[in-house]
This record gives sequence, C-alpha cells and structure tokens, in this order.
Amino acid sequence: MTVPPLLSVRGLQAWYGRAHILTGVDLAVGRGEVVALMGRNGAGKTTTMKAIMGLLDRRSGAVAFDGRDVSALPPHRIARLGLGYVPEDRRVFTDLTVEENLEVGRQPPRDGAPHWTPERLYALFPNLAEMRGRRGGRMSGGEQQMLTLARTLMGNPSLLLLDEPSEGLAPRIVQQMADALRALKAEGLSILVSEQNLAFAAAVADRASVIEKGQIRFEGPMRTLLEDETVRRAYLAV
Amino acid sequence: MSFYLVQFLSGLATAATLFLVSSGLTIVFGVTRIVNFAHGSFYMLGAYLGWTLVERWGGTPLGFWGAVAAASLAVGLLGALMEVGLLRRLYRSPELFQLLATFGVVLVVQDAASWIWGSEDLLGRRAPGLRGSVDILDQPFPLYDLVLIGLGPLVLGLLWLLFNRTRWGTLVRAATQDRDMASALGVDPARLFTGVLFLGSALAGLGGALQVPREAVNLHMDMAIVVEAFVVVVVGGMGSLTGAFIASLLIGQLQAFGILVFPQITLVLVFLFMAVVLVIRPYGLLGRAEDAPPTAASPGPPLIAATGVARWAPALLLALLAAVPLVAGDYALIVLTEVVILALLAASLHLLIGLGGLVSFGHAAYFGLGAYGAALLVKHFAAPMPMALAAAPLLAGLGALAAGWFCVRRSGLYFAMLTLAFAQIVWSVTFQWYGVTGGDNGILGVWPPDWAAGKAAYYWLTLALAGGALLLLRRAAFAPFGYTLRAGRDSALRAESVGIDVRRHQWLSFALAGSAAGLAGGLYAFAKGSVFPTLMAVPVSVDALVMVLMGGIQTLSGPVAGAALFHLLETEAMSRTDWWRLVLGAVILVLVLAFPKGVAGFVRDLWTRGRDS
Repeated sequence: MTVPPLLSVRGLQAWYGRAHILTGVDLAVGRGEVVALMGRNGAGKTTTMKAIMGLLDRRSGAVAFDGRDVSALPPHRIARLGLGYVPEDRRVFTDLTVEENLEVGRQPPRDGAPHWTPERLYALFPNLAEMRGRRGGRMSGGEQQMLTLARTLMGNPSLLLLDEPSEGLAPRIVQQMADALRALKAEGLSILVSEQNLAFAAAVADRASVIEKGQIRFEGPMRTLLEDETVRRAYLAV
Repeated sequence: MSFYLVQFLSGLATAATLFLVSSGLTIVFGVTRIVNFAHGSFYMLGAYLGWTLVERWGGTPLGFWGAVAAASLAVGLLGALMEVGLLRRLYRSPELFQLLATFGVVLVVQDAASWIWGSEDLLGRRAPGLRGSVDILDQPFPLYDLVLIGLGPLVLGLLWLLFNRTRWGTLVRAATQDRDMASALGVDPARLFTGVLFLGSALAGLGGALQVPREAVNLHMDMAIVVEAFVVVVVGGMGSLTGAFIASLLIGQLQAFGILVFPQITLVLVFLFMAVVLVIRPYGLLGRAEDAPPTAASPGPPLIAATGVARWAPALLLALLAAVPLVAGDYALIVLTEVVILALLAASLHLLIGLGGLVSFGHAAYFGLGAYGAALLVKHFAAPMPMALAAAPLLAGLGALAAGWFCVRRSGLYFAMLTLAFAQIVWSVTFQWYGVTGGDNGILGVWPPDWAAGKAAYYWLTLALAGGALLLLRRAAFAPFGYTLRAGRDSALRAESVGIDVRRHQWLSFALAGSAAGLAGGLYAFAKGSVFPTLMAVPVSVDALVMVLMGGIQTLSGPVAGAALFHLLETEAMSRTDWWRLVLGAVILVLVLAFPKGVAGFVRDLWTRGRDS
C-alpha cells in the first residue's frame, strides 16, 4: 500500500465572479516532494493556489491535506493546519517592519515540520537580517519576495504553496531563491511551486504538472517534461 | 489674556472627548472598512449607562471611576455583540449595505434608550473630589476638565502602545492593510474584528460616560457626536490615530474661540474648516491615498432599458396612481402625495449613487433649499404657487451647482463628507438666520391656491410634476449623459482616457439631482403648508439614503419602490406605536440579514443559479 500524498486535489473547480476558471484540477504533492505547477499566463496557476487556500468565494471539488478534508475550511484554519501560502504579488504588509511582518506569520511549532524562528530565517535570508526595523514598503522587489517567503515560514508549514517566486526578479535574486528552496527541501518541506520559468522549475522540482485552460494536461517527473518537446510546445510554448 | 487661556483650556477639554470618540471610529473604520453610524449610539449608551452607574456608585472617587469604566466595558461588549450578530454576516456585502445595517442599529438604540431612560434630559452628579475649580491666572477653571485634558494624550499613548508594541496590535494593523493575506497566514479575521469593535465601542462608551458630569444626557447625543466624529476622522485622515488627535485639538479650539468671534455661525465653522482641509489636503491631514475608501457603489450588472411589456409598466403605474382619488379618501391621498414626493427625492439621490457612484450624505440640503425657496417667495413676495414651484428646483439647482463644484473634486467617503458639510452649512444658516427664515419657527401658511387646495387636486398636481421629473431622470439615465456617468463610475481612469470629462459629468449630475430634489422640496412645502429647518437636517438625508438602499441601487425602479416601502412602513408604524423607530430599525436589520447582497442581488443570485443548474 502506498503512503497517501500530503496534499491531494481532486476535481477542483473555481470561479471568479461568473467566470469559470478551473474546470477540474487534479494534483498531488507527496511528503518531502517539490512539484512544479507549470503553465502559461492565465492558465489557472494562481487560481489553483488560491482555491486550495480557500481564498476564493466559489469553489468545489476535493482538497485533502494531511489526510483531512480542507475544501470547506476558511483560509486561517487551512493555514493553521500547516499549509503555507506565498502569493505571487508578494503582498507584504507595507506599514509593518520586517520583524512585524514575521510576527504576523508566527504560529506555534508543529510536529513533523521544521520549526522557524526569526533568527533562523535571518540566517537563511541574510539580507533581511540587515533591515529588521525597515518598513515593508521601503524594500526592493527581491527583498519583499524573500520577506513574503520568510513570513509564511514563520507559520511552520509542512507544505508551501509558492506562487511564481521568480517573477519579475533579477537573475541574481532568482538564483538566491532557488538556493533557498533547495535548502527548504533539505529541511523536509514539501513544496508546490507555480512557475513559467522552465529553467527555475527544473532547478528545484522533482515532478511537474502542466495546467492549461483550467485543467491539468500533463503530469510526470520533471525530467520527462524537459525531454518531451511536444508537451512543452503545446502547453508552455518554450 | 487669562480669559483666552481658560477658553483655550476648555477647547482642550472638548477635544479630549472628541478624540476618545473619533479614535474609536477611526480604528473600526481602518480595520473593517465599515462606516459605523452606530458609533454615536454607543457614545450615547455610554452616557446613559454612565449616568445610571454614577447615580448608584458615584459617591466616592473609586465608585465614580469604576462606574465610568464599567459603562465603557459594557458598551464595548455591545459593540462586540454587534460585530458577531450583524456585521460579520455583511463583510462580503456591498459597503452601502453595511452602512444601512448600522443605521438600523441607530434606530433600535434610540428607542431602547428612550424606553429604558425616558426622553427627559438627565443631569448627572459631579465627579467626587473634582467638583471644584482651580484658578488659572485668576480665572476659575473646572478641575474635572483638567483631568479630561490629561486623558486625551494618555489614551493616545496607550493606543499607540497597543498597536505598535503588542502582537494583537500588529495583527490588527496587518489585517487593516490586507485582510485576505492575514487570514492566509493563519490569522482569524473574525476574532480580530470582534476585538476591534469591542475596543472602538468601548472608547465611544468611555467618551460618553465621561460627559455625565459635564452635560445633560439626552436622546440627541448620538447623531450630534457621530457627525462631529466623522468630521474629525476625515480631517485627520481615515484610519490615522495621530491625525484624529490633531484634528480633535484643532476642532476643539475652533469651537472654543469660534463662539467668541462668530457666535451665530459656530455650527458652520467646523464644516467650513473640514471643507477647506479637504480641498487643500484631499485625504485629510495625515491620511494617505491608499487608505481612502473606494467608491461605495458596486456597479453590479449594467442597467438595461426594459423591453417588451415591461417598458409600459411606468405608464401603467402612473395611470393607476392617477385613478386612486376616485376610490381613496383624504388621508390616503395625503400619504400617497408624500410617497410620490419622496419617490422623486429618492430617485434624484439614486442618480448620484446608482449612476454616478457618488454617495451623498447631504441630499436633504437640496430638498430643503427647494422647500425654503418656494416658502420664502410666498412669504416675502406673496408669489403665486406656480412661480414658487418653479423657483424651488432653480434655487436648489444653483445651490447644488455651487456645492457640487467642490464635492466632485473628491470621491468615496470624502465626497460623502463634503456633501454632509455643505448640507450642515445650509442647515445652520437656515436655523440661525431668524430675520429671513424664521429659524426654528419655520415658515407657516404656505398653502396652495384654491384650484389646487383639494387633496385630490394637489395629489394630481404632484403626480404630474413629480412623474414628469421622474421620466426626465429616467431619460437622462439612458441618454449619452447617463452612459458617460456610468462609465465614470465604473472606471474613472478609462473613461477619461477615451475623452470623457468625468468630473464635469459628475458636477452636472449633482446639479440635476439637486434641482430634482428641490422640486420635491417645493411640492412638499405646499403639501404640508409649512417648512422647518429639520427638512434639511441629517435625518432626512439618511432617510433618503435608506429609501434608495432598501429598493436597491441596481435598478431605476428600486428607489421609487424603496421610497414607497419606507414611507408607508414609517407612517404605519408611527400611527400604531410610539416605538416606530424600533420597528423600522428591526425591519431594516431583518432585511439586511435576510438579503445580505440586497434584494436586487438576491433576486439576481436566484436567477443565475436557476439558469446554471
């Protein structure tokens, strides 16, 4: 008998107002696994993440996390179960300092997940250590992206939902981000990362799911995706 | 010199109370984005509860301050209760609906307080140990007021510590900025909001309880303070505590010294000050653009002219209404005349809210200007009725043209507050200019001439004029003018980029709405035979708002139906019980809770669900 995955999504549908965005998404992330959710702009990557997190008004389908059905829970309950969400548009609290941003994310330690403190996070992201008292609004895009990730880690998640972490960042910062993700994986964290950047995804992910028009069109090891030019051309246009 | 110092100090004491109340309002608004009309009611409840407890325990200093603290805590609990029982169900509703809900609470609290404490003014006892006064440069100054002066900065300091040095405060500030993100990080927004409502209401209650030794407790405290607190919050910048503090100080001084310089227009002074501040600093003294509330009207589905049989509905209704005098008696005709007039008032406000996305808190000003325009002509120039009725929309339209020029320069709640400011200015001028307007006594004897004196005749006249104006308003909604107005509402930026002068259209719609309201006012004056300053006071503006919201802002017929529903309900409740406010408030609350997306939204949801399945 196989071990059930940490996150399992079956037939997930979601709407923005009356627009039907997700028409049936199936996904799974195993313990300690990094899965890349790939797809073009508008394919439904961000919507998938928000729907899993309970941030949309209307959704249907099954979402099980750590063996629990979370499809009807409000976002804060889902987060407290150990599902960490890092949004694509960063959404740092611009009025709050770096330290205060981390404080908002703080949750009690959790069995089976790495335990984070501000000091450990400052070690992982040395940039942040130098600006503890700075307000979020006065940071560069790359610094904000690091802060958003660190803030979510303060909740001691066992699974990270990471939405387009490399978007709009300088190549040097993208490299730092990839290093950070590998370090998190080494800590035992599971990650679902949405990406358009194939090189970035290839550098961090074990498996890939490719989404197009609100459904998963390909699912398999990262290496297969890299080698399968037809899938890449059909759904990623790269 | 010493006299001015004492005046300055009493300004500071006023400022302290003002700050306590408005800090609560600004905190609640900052987090929940709800414009809480009930905040003034909590202040009033704090004063009443404080009075009762001080009567019981206030013999000793400990008892007195214990009574004040207990009143404040009790009011805080009521605020938390309102969050859990009411507001929590409405966070995803249109913002105007939340406003309507808090107004329902205002009505209920009014009657509850009247039932428990009666309608007589209550004089409280003085604070033990602080009854006397100290001499400041040979001028006596009440000791109690000195304590209040110290309390203002103390509360500001404590609030600052709470928000900047505790985890709870950090979470509140985070949720204020981005509610969804905070909840995705595991913060339960509902619990946070309950806490915030507790804190905000407790501050209002504290402000009220502290007033007990200073002034009589009565049933008018709620509206008076909530309007002033809104002014402070807007002048200081929405959501800014320090801004509210500075604004309280300025307005306290303005009141203290204004009464020396212009005793007649102290009421105007505060609103004039707010208007000037908003023209110079659009988001208040310390406010920032991103904290500004969005325009309150959510557009909803596009307005489409009725087709087929439905397009004849207004004509049919008009014909039906015209036939009523054949069967109805005088009393029914009087009520129906009022309904038709109020329907015009509501429809004119809907032009601003529904089509322009501009929520006015001061629409009564133009209703009142119309009424007074007609009445003054009759009184001072013995003008015949047709001339007076023609002057009504003219005067109101000119007033709206002048006020609108300022108001449309701001949007959202700032627009609303500017309209309120102008309405209050018009009201206080009318109230205090005895020589011309008769002040409080109003103008009597504004009756229609013989040919229109019968109830049926005047009803037909009203129906013809108001019905004609309603048709014109409808025509405007579907004319290019209406389309550009709606384009400006839905996206001002995009509308401007295709060459529409959004502000100009808003200005014109403001004038048009003002003159339509003015015609309604003129008709009302002759229907009642008299005019009073209350016609242009805040409650009338609020009534008009409630009518529009009850009917729903997404359709043109909504406000007409809302006006009929509201007025019939009010008349019926008033004739049956003294507790009509309670009934009306309860009906509003039930409506809001049963249809959290509005009646129109509810029907639309049913429609889409029916079609999807």
